[in-house]
Amino acid sequence: MQVLFARHHVRVYRFVLRLVRNEATAEDLISEVFLDIWRQAGKFEGRSAVSTWMLSIARFKALSALRKRPDEELDDEMAERIEDHSDDPETSLAKKDKGAALRQCLSALSAEHREIIDLVYYHEKSVEEAAQIVGIPEATVKTRMFYARKKLSELLKEQGIDRGWP
Amino acid sequence: MTTNNKNSDIEELLPWHAAGTLSRRDAQRVEDALAKDPELARRFSLVREELGETIHLNESLGAPSSRVLEQLFAKIEAEPARKPAVSFNFATRVGEFFASFTPRTLAYASGAAMLAIVLQAGIIAGVMMKETGGGYETASAPINPPAGEAAFTLIRFAPQATQDDVTKFLDANKFSIAAGPMAGGLYKVRVGMIGIPKAELGALVKKLQTDKTVNFIAVSE
Repeated sequence: MQVLFARHHVRVYRFVLRLVRNEATAEDLISEVFLDIWRQAGKFEGRSAVSTWMLSIARFKALSALRKRPDEELDDEMAERIEDHSDDPETSLAKKDKGAALRQCLSALSAEHREIIDLVYYHEKSVEEAAQIVGIPEATVKTRMFYARKKLSELLKEQGIDRGWP
Repeated sequence: MTTNNKNSDIEELLPWHAAGTLSRRDAQRVEDALAKDPELARRFSLVREELGETIHLNESLGAPSSRVLEQLFAKIEAEPARKPAVSFNFATRVGEFFASFTPRTLAYASGAAMLAIVLQAGIIAGVMMKETGGGYETASAPINPPAGEAAFTLIRFAPQATQDDVTKFLDANKFSIAAGPMAGGLYKVRVGMIGIPKAELGALVKKLQTDKTVNFIAVSE
């Protein structure tokens, strides 16, 4: 268990943190995730990679936690998102650095779009694995990724960076 | 299928191609399309930018505190003992064998397994350092400290790159592996040219972004 934990806990934590956007909640959730993994170890049939199985459990826990979250916290999240779009001095500075602007826009995406981008780019999940984690058909994974990237380009355009796509 | 349909089909695969998670057949289809279509190649460079910044963003999130492991083992200790079940499935029986140990015993046993993994990683890193031509040198204390400041890059090798490809790539660019693999399969790589100007390093990294041996390269602090 400790080996599994040592090998995967940072990535699982980052995946959960990007979904719930709260470090304390993410920490509580990953101990729950690994407890479930310990409980269900006998049921794991090896049909998918261990990391895919773990991320599926983590996603379920994160979404359950988000559903339980009080309204005011959701409002905070919305407020955070609105601020991301505003053209304050910080944003203007970010415009000078395309990388920083891109990272800011990645954070401003909806949870659904953030999730698919993280799974594909950071967690290196194939179309099939991403479909398994999110619980959607493979064709939907491809179109969701396409629309997430399209939204990213639109957000960058709002920041004054035109990538010439889509 | 029309050419437009084919193109949009290929374009949808670009993120997975950049991440190196396509099947060999699909990767070849994308490579062929990229070679023929400069606009698609330009869009692929946008995908690689996104990939680089997504990794950067996630890596900057840090790690959870040690409280999590303590919390986890406290919860496992509080779990009721598991009932043995009869099974003829080998994987299930192995799973049950490990489940029959107490968490503490499992922790010690897995600690020993981790040590073996660390030793193995050390041996592999040692072989790679030798192959890149340099003598043994730690990241923090080189035998001959350089007069200038050492520069580093972060590299993730393409999954299809063989050990031979990696060795050739490192040799050709006078790179040596300083640390890794880290989360995301990244390696911290030392640049052979001491005191290389930032602009020159940036240009080198940009040039190497198109090298098939790597699927991610960026300047590291």
